[in-house]
Amino acid sequence: METLEQIKSRLEAAIPGLGLEIQCNGAVPGQASLVVPPARAIEAARFLRDDPRLALDYCSNVSGVDWLDRVVEEHARVTRVIDGRERVFDECRERRVPGYLEAVYHLYSMRLKHGPVILRQRTVNRVDQARVTSLTPVWRSAEFQEREAYDLFGIVFEGHPDLRRILMWDEFRDYPMRKDYVEPDDYEYEPTPHDDLKEKARRHYPIEADA
Amino acid sequence: MDEGLRSELSRQGIFATTIQDLYNWGCRNSIWPLNFGLACCAIEMIAASMARFDIARFGAEVFRPSPRQADLMIVAGTVTKKMAPQVVRLYNQMPEPKYVIAMGACAISGGPFKRGYNVLKGIDRYVPVDVHIPGCPPCPEALLHGLIALQKEIASQKLTGPSRARAFQEEAPGEFPVPEYGPYDLVPAKNTDLWRPKPIIRDE
Repeated sequence: METLEQIKSRLEAAIPGLGLEIQCNGAVPGQASLVVPPARAIEAARFLRDDPRLALDYCSNVSGVDWLDRVVEEHARVTRVIDGRERVFDECRERRVPGYLEAVYHLYSMRLKHGPVILRQRTVNRVDQARVTSLTPVWRSAEFQEREAYDLFGIVFEGHPDLRRILMWDEFRDYPMRKDYVEPDDYEYEPTPHDDLKEKARRHYPIEADA
Repeated sequence: MDEGLRSELSRQGIFATTIQDLYNWGCRNSIWPLNFGLACCAIEMIAASMARFDIARFGAEVFRPSPRQADLMIVAGTVTKKMAPQVVRLYNQMPEPKYVIAMGACAISGGPFKRGYNVLKGIDRYVPVDVHIPGCPPCPEALLHGLIALQKEIASQKLTGPSRARAFQEEAPGEFPVPEYGPYDLVPAKNTDLWRPKPIIRDE
């Protein structure tokens, strides 16, 4: 199979102005992935599926990822003039990176027996613009898994034929797999609570002396 | 009936019994379970019904696909909050006398998923459970043991009098309210008429 760089350059040649990005992976398997802008994801997906050299005809997996807002520390050397003399300072600036949600697609080729190529779509933020483009029109197998990502992460897939909750019930509020999900306070007795559960156990089942 | 008289009569070739014993004998030896499973415990239930463990030895091999024909509901597996109303509905559709076995840690208390957001913390919040079988999952022998425990319970049940079995108490409910889906949990989260655990006070 072609390398990701080759796929990227061919994609960009086929679809002008696509704006791809390669996301490296520092983990042991080192599987890099392609970040596609949601606005044109469907064109890119069609190309990946229909291109004779790639023929990625099988979408095995769609997953959601939640990236919280994070603070990045940036170190810089700054020269300042103090009392008429130039001095070099180490300066540490904190930059806030807004969080986003991600839909990750694992693509394989059944025909050419290669893969995976990993495709990512990112939402603008985690709150009101948590939207990406549904790739169900390209790979039918993405339908239920996109519904699952919608159900548990709250990623809205535009163009999905039937975007409803799939695991939780329809009346359920909130998205339970998000990292800032607060579970309902329904702790029940456990014989040996430990760590952070101990605090809950104290709150719900006070020791006789405090009660 | 006096035991001595009964054995004396049986020696003469006369079999004497009571309606209660006859009824319970028939009832306990043909417990037809409802054919449904919820998780991995169902695999053990299926294994128990096959040749190696052979639940047919205890008269419970006729797994019925309809609750109208079933006597026993084996709650075999994790009851999610989404599934719980359907389980209660199935129980309500079963004819009396009916019995429930909670099989495995999940059906008893939520098991390893007790702290999760989507799993019911025990089916005994909504339906009365006769036998609890601990295990994760319980092996087929444990299910057979649970079934024998249920048979013993049925054998000793009374048809009349104040301590008669639940099925013969006119005022005892045979159906239980089906919970509704709420924004975070089922509403109500438990049937307080049914589920009254003793207050627990930690003695740390």
